Amino acid sequence: MGHTDTQFDEMLAGLDQARPPYEGYYNWFCGEDLKGLRRKSAEAEAFFRRIGITFNVYGQEEADERLIPFDIVPRIIAAREWAKLERGIEQRVRAINAFLHDIYHRQEILRAGRIPEHLIAGNDAFLPQMIGVNPPGGVYTHIVGVDLVRTGEDEFFVLEDNARTPSGVSYMLENRETMVQMFPELFTKLKVRPVSAYPQLLRRSLSDSAPQNSPNDKPVVAVLTPGIHNSAYFEHAFLADRMGAELVEAHDLRVENGRVAMRTTRGYKPIDVLYRRVDDDYLDPLTFNPESVLGVPGIMDVYRAGNITLANAPGTGIADDKALYSYMPDIIEFYTGEKAILPNVPTWRCSEPDALAYVLEHLSELVVKEVHGSGGYGMLVGPVASKKEIAAFEKKLRAKPANYIAQPTLSLSTVPILTKAGLAPRHVDLRPFVLVSPNRIDMTPGGLTRVALKKGSLVVNSSQGGGTKDTWVLGD
Amino acid sequence: MTLGKNAGGLYWMFRYLERAENTARLLEAGWYIALTHANNGTNEWESILTTAGMNEAYLEKHESFEAASAINFLLRDKSNSSSVMSAIEAARSNARMVRTALSGEVWEAVNECWMELKAALARPVTERNLHETLMMVRNRTSVVRGALHGTMLRNDIYAFSRLGTFLERADNTARILDVKYYVLLPSASFVGSSIDNVQWEVILRSVSAERSYHWLNGGDLTPQGIAEFLILDKRMPRSLAFCCTKISQYLGLLEEEYGQRQESQIQAERICARVSSASVEAIFDEGLHEFLAEFLADAARLSGLIETDFKFYG
Repeated sequence: MGHTDTQFDEMLAGLDQARPPYEGYYNWFCGEDLKGLRRKSAEAEAFFRRIGITFNVYGQEEADERLIPFDIVPRIIAAREWAKLERGIEQRVRAINAFLHDIYHRQEILRAGRIPEHLIAGNDAFLPQMIGVNPPGGVYTHIVGVDLVRTGEDEFFVLEDNARTPSGVSYMLENRETMVQMFPELFTKLKVRPVSAYPQLLRRSLSDSAPQNSPNDKPVVAVLTPGIHNSAYFEHAFLADRMGAELVEAHDLRVENGRVAMRTTRGYKPIDVLYRRVDDDYLDPLTFNPESVLGVPGIMDVYRAGNITLANAPGTGIADDKALYSYMPDIIEFYTGEKAILPNVPTWRCSEPDALAYVLEHLSELVVKEVHGSGGYGMLVGPVASKKEIAAFEKKLRAKPANYIAQPTLSLSTVPILTKAGLAPRHVDLRPFVLVSPNRIDMTPGGLTRVALKKGSLVVNSSQGGGTKDTWVLGD
Repeated sequence: MTLGKNAGGLYWMFRYLERAENTARLLEAGWYIALTHANNGTNEWESILTTAGMNEAYLEKHESFEAASAINFLLRDKSNSSSVMSAIEAARSNARMVRTALSGEVWEAVNECWMELKAALARPVTERNLHETLMMVRNRTSVVRGALHGTMLRNDIYAFSRLGTFLERADNTARILDVKYYVLLPSASFVGSSIDNVQWEVILRSVSAERSYHWLNGGDLTPQGIAEFLILDKRMPRSLAFCCTKISQYLGLLEEEYGQRQESQIQAERICARVSSASVEAIFDEGLHEFLAEFLADAARLSGLIETDFKFYG
């Protein structure tokens, strides 16, 4: 991308000079020999294979289980930096839940004119079936992943919210376990805050969200998976296992006496909380997609009656929809009365005349995206586009400005990875995981750091050659 | 109490592991006979494939019983759903499904077993590396068993795992005896010939019992002795009597856990009583084949009852 001169490296402030959070690690690293570390990398891979941390690739029979590459150089965040992120994310998650409640009830935010109505009414992510439904405990999105990017010492931006079914938390946990096994000395030397409590926190958070009228002595929690061929099956099994919850598939469940029940060796037993890793559309063939075999017929009736908790609630996708992203700062202000602590990536909505004027003047510097586009289609990347391409795009933009938003091209921070030649900077993002229950919000210090393994690449997705790193938040 | 699906998954996971191990044993016995040319021209591979229940499937792909094709068919043929590799695949797939019911060590052991065998069986196995490969099957499946014993709670989950093991094992031992029953019949005119001795030896070898048999019988190899050992001896871990006792024991554990007596338990006790009240003389009088055929049918019925009693399927 040609930003190498200006990009912010989180480890090295200059030649051989580590930024403060990395000092301890860097000193250790300089005393290690490269060959030994490369060997550790290979060991890590064998470890992941043995415990089966793989993801499935559809339609490739032979190699249908792959590893997400793991880099052994940690991503380190200072206590002070994390404290700010934590406050910002907590604020955001509160606002998202308040927004979801509002949008499926009185829609005050629309009445107040803070969000244009058509963004909701004409949006596939908005589920009319959820209007007026009250989720047990009042929580809509119990598990949230907030994707962050960094561009400088104090510059973090929210790239997107994942309010439906954020995945990747199992990698956060296994990456740490692997690092502790391979480099125990680092963890005795440095104060790295643990992440291992996540499954217990998740369990507690889900139990606390259970319906009050349960027939069970204590809440029965189950994880609903599409099955062993799903690409994230490992994570579903992993979380159920670590929480001590049952891992169920649709054919293990049925609706019985107004409850969702699972088939056990002694008959059907009611469930209170279903952590479902099945998309809204497949959840209930009677309410949504009638072709679905991954869902439970009638489960939405049970839900509407308040007899089961679904985590996350159906319809939460409206909160992480692209079209609404640029309104997040307004949403936060509307529901919390505070300014957003963590900024969005600045976004110009071309539907607004002033914004359009600015965008038209700066096309060669901006990324312009279609509001409803995905996967990088219908997009202009100004800095790398030809004059001809820009001119052609300008025409489309002038014809239908409301169809577009524009963002600056961010110079994402880098963290080094270990290559054959030693350390080499690569772009990263960060997905911290947040748990919401009726009484509390829990955040695990750190999250999942995804890293683009190819030099200069900004694509961190595992489906496109991205890898992961262990993420360390240092104690005070 | 566990999910019906988990109970079924555990049961089949351990049936498949046992099956893989048994096929490997059978193969080892057959190979030994073939190597020593002790079979006097009769084709041992045909008999091995028959015992493994794969004869017809084999003949669909091959015209004659050659060592190389038989070995690879038994070990690694994907189209053969009972080959060692297919059984290990099925065991591991069931293990993935019931991942939450297994201890981490059991899961890792079965996953490693699968990884190692997949690599070892990726290419045709030659006679030169056959022994090593078979040892790997035995070692890897033993590690799974060891992890099960060492790390799993002795609850219903354990009971379903063990039920799978012993039903498969009983079925296997009965089948080996049934395929070879004619060589055990006292009426045969060639009693005492070297052919007999070899055939008897194969039977013992394919259940890894030749040492213990000789140890108990001081080298006195007789059809009655072998039949008694493999059917009635409760000390012999692959005998029908031993397997029956274990099956009853684990169904009893389930009764205790669930506070309910079920059809499968009644059936298991019936089979148990039939085996333990039999004498080897009576079995031979009534007909060894008839006895074994009835046992196999009973065992299949029992497996079906376990499936329905404990709601394996919706």
